[in-house]
Amino acid sequence: MWVVAEHYKGIIHKVAYQLLAKGRELADILNVSLTLVILGDKFDALLDEFGEYGADKVIYVKSTLLKDYYSDLYVKTLTELISKRKPEIVLIGATPTGRDFAPRVAKRLNAGLTADCTGLDIEKETGNLMQTRPTFGGNIMATIRTPTSRPQLATVRPGIFKAVTCEKKKIKIIKLEKEYKEKDSVAKIVKIISKEKKKINLEDAEIIVAGGRGVGSKEGFKLIKELAEVLGAEMGGSRVTVELNWLDQDRQVGQTGKTVSPSLYIACGISGAIQHLVGMQNSGIIVAINRDGNAPIFNIAHYGIVGDLHEVIPVLIEKVKKAMLEE
Amino acid sequence: MKIFVCIKQVPGVSEVKIDPKTNTLIRSGIPSIINPHDKHAIELGLTIKENHGGEVIAISMGPPQAEQALREALSMGVDKSYLLTDRAFAGADTLATSHTLALAIKKLLKELKKADPYLVICGTQAIDGDTAQVGPELAEELGIPQITYVLNFELKVDRIIVERVFRAEEIIIIETKLPALISVLKEINNPRKPGIKGIVDAYEKKKVVFWNSEDLKADKTEVGLNGSMTEVWKIFIPVRKGEHIKLTGTIDDMTNELVKNLKEDKVI
Ligand SMILES: Cc1cc2nc3c(=O)[nH]c(=O)nc-3n(C[C@H](O)[C@H](O)[C@H](O)COP(=O)(O)OP(=O)(O)OC[C@H]3O[C@@H](n4cnc5c(N)ncnc54)[C@H](O)[C@@H]3O)c2cc1C
Ligand SMILES: Nc1ncnc2c1ncn2[C@@H]1O[C@H](COP(=O)(O)O)[C@@H](O)[C@H]1O
Repeated sequence: MWVVAEHYKGIIHKVAYQLLAKGRELADILNVSLTLVILGDKFDALLDEFGEYGADKVIYVKSTLLKDYYSDLYVKTLTELISKRKPEIVLIGATPTGRDFAPRVAKRLNAGLTADCTGLDIEKETGNLMQTRPTFGGNIMATIRTPTSRPQLATVRPGIFKAVTCEKKKIKIIKLEKEYKEKDSVAKIVKIISKEKKKINLEDAEIIVAGGRGVGSKEGFKLIKELAEVLGAEMGGSRVTVELNWLDQDRQVGQTGKTVSPSLYIACGISGAIQHLVGMQNSGIIVAINRDGNAPIFNIAHYGIVGDLHEVIPVLIEKVKKAMLEE
Repeated sequence: MKIFVCIKQVPGVSEVKIDPKTNTLIRSGIPSIINPHDKHAIELGLTIKENHGGEVIAISMGPPQAEQALREALSMGVDKSYLLTDRAFAGADTLATSHTLALAIKKLLKELKKADPYLVICGTQAIDGDTAQVGPELAEELGIPQITYVLNFELKVDRIIVERVFRAEEIIIIETKLPALISVLKEINNPRKPGIKGIVDAYEKKKVVFWNSEDLKADKTEVGLNGSMTEVWKIFIPVRKGEHIKLTGTIDDMTNELVKNLKEDKVI
C-alpha cells in the first residue's frame, strides 16, 4: 500500500497524513506494509516523523529540481518505481497536482484509476479496493473497483479522512538520489505566483456561513459576516446574492460556482435549489435557517431552524461567542 | 495549426434521477448539453484561430445523438467536427475514452503532410463523471506534454505560456513547446453564443463526420467496456449522515440546542 505525498514550499500537503491514516487501516486488513512516497528535496530530517502517522516505510526520491512540481518528472519517476516495486494500491491526494500526474501514471501502466474518491474499503474475498466517489455532481454515489488492474490507483479528496498519530515506531527509509535537470522536463516552470489576497478559498474552508436571497440586502450580509467571524468561517452565498451584487462572484456556491465540503455549512435564507445543493451537499454538517419550513434545504439539513434569520442569527452569534469562551 | 477540441455531451446535471427499483440512472427525457467546461475549450480554440489562424476541429465520442453537441460547436464557429460512435465504444471508462480519442487525433494528424505543431484542448472535467482524467490520459497516449487546470493562455509561435491553478493561493506559469494538450477551467473566458448565421452554417455548410471502430482501426479489446479497467460495482443515492433534526421552541431554545449539538459533533 502506497501513499504519494505532495508538497509545496517544503511543507507536505495535509492530505498525505490523512491518506496515511486510511492507508494504515486498509493495509492492516490486507496485511501489507504502508509506504509513503516523496519526490522532493530537503526532506531528510522529516522522514522519521511519518512513523508516527502510520507509515512502515518511506521511499524518498531526492532531487534538487523536485523541490517544485514537474508533471512529466513525477510521471516518469512514479511509473518506474511502481513497475519495479509493484504496490497493490497507490493512494494520491485529489488536488490539482495529484489529478495532473495520476491519470498519466495510470495510462502509462495501463492501470485502473478512480478519481476523487470519498470512501475507500477492501473487498475481503478478493482484496479489491472498493472506491466510492460522488458522480453527477454528487447527486449519486458510485462504488468502483478495478479487479483486473494491479496496481489499483485512486485519487482521494482532501479532508475526507482524519489524520491520526500512533505510537512512534522505527521506519525503514529508502533514499534514491536523482540528478534531474531542467532540460529533462518538457514543460518549463516560468514562475510560481501568489494570487491576490482577495481571492478567497472556499474549497478549503472548514466552516462556511452562506446567505441567500432571504438575507434581504447587501447590508443584511453584515449579519452573515459577523456570524462567519465568530466561527472563524468563510462567507458564501447562492447565485442570486451574487447576481444582486450582495456578494463577490468567487463566493458563489453551486453548480456554476464553487463545490465545497466544509465540516460545517450554515445556509441562511437559502431555499436549496438543486444547483445550489450540488455545490455543498457533501458538507459534514449542514444547518439551515429559513422562514419557510417547506424549503427543500431542510431535506438535506442535519439541523433546521424555521425562523426569520434576522432574529435568529443575532441570538446565535451570542450563543456561539459564549460557547467559545467556555472552551 | 490544427486545434483539436474534445467535447463531451452530458446530461444536464440537476435533472439526473435514479430509479429506486433498478438502481440505475433514468436517462430518458433528460436534456443533453455540451459539458460546460468544454464550451470554454471551444471558445479558446476559436479565439486562438481568430488571433493566429489555424483550424478548429471538434471531436466527441458518444452515442449518435451527441451529433447535437457537435452541431452546436459548429454553430459557435468550429470548422470541422467528428463523432466517434460505435456500439463497441459504449461503456468506456477514461482509459478507453482517451484511447478512442487518441486514435481519431492520430488519424487526423496522419492526413497532414508535414509534422505541424498542434494543440489539443479539453475541459478540465466533465460534470457527469467529474474525473478530470481524460485530458492527461489523452496527452500520455499522444506522447505530448499536458498542462491541466488552465486559467490563462498565450500562444507564441510554436510555444504556449499558460497559467495553471496550483495551490489554493498560488498559480504557476508554465511554458512548453507545441504540440501540447491543455485542459481549461471555466474562468478562462466567456463562451460565445451562436449567431443565426453560425446556426445556419452548422446545418447547411458544415458537417459532422461519423467514425466507427473500423474507421479508427480500433482493437475491440481496447475500446468501450472491454478496454476499461474500472467497473462500477454499484450506484446509490448518498445517505445523509445522522438524523435530520428540525429544532423547535423559541429562538432561544433552538439556538441553544443548535450550539450544543454542534459542539457534540465537534464542528465548533
Ligand atoms: C444553469 C443554472 C445554474 C445555476 N447555478 C447556481 C449556483 O451555482 N449556485 C446557486 O446558488 N444557484 C444557482 N442557480 C440558481 C438556483 O436555481 C436558485 O435560483 C438559487 O440557488 C436560489 O437562491 P436562494 O436560495 O438564495 O434564493 P431563493 O430561492 O429565492 O430562496 C430564498 C429563501 O430565503 C428564505 N427567506 C426569505 N426571507 C427570509 C428571512 N427573513 N429569514 C429566513 N429565511 C428567509 C425563503 O423562505 C427562501 O427559501 C443556477 C440556476 C441555473 C438555471
Ligand atoms: N466522450 C468524450 N468525447 C470527447 N471528449 C471527452 C469525452 N470524455 C471526456 N472528454 C474530454 O475530457 C475532459 C475531461 O473529462 P472527464 O475526464 O470525463 O472528467 C472533458 O472536459 C472533455 O474535454
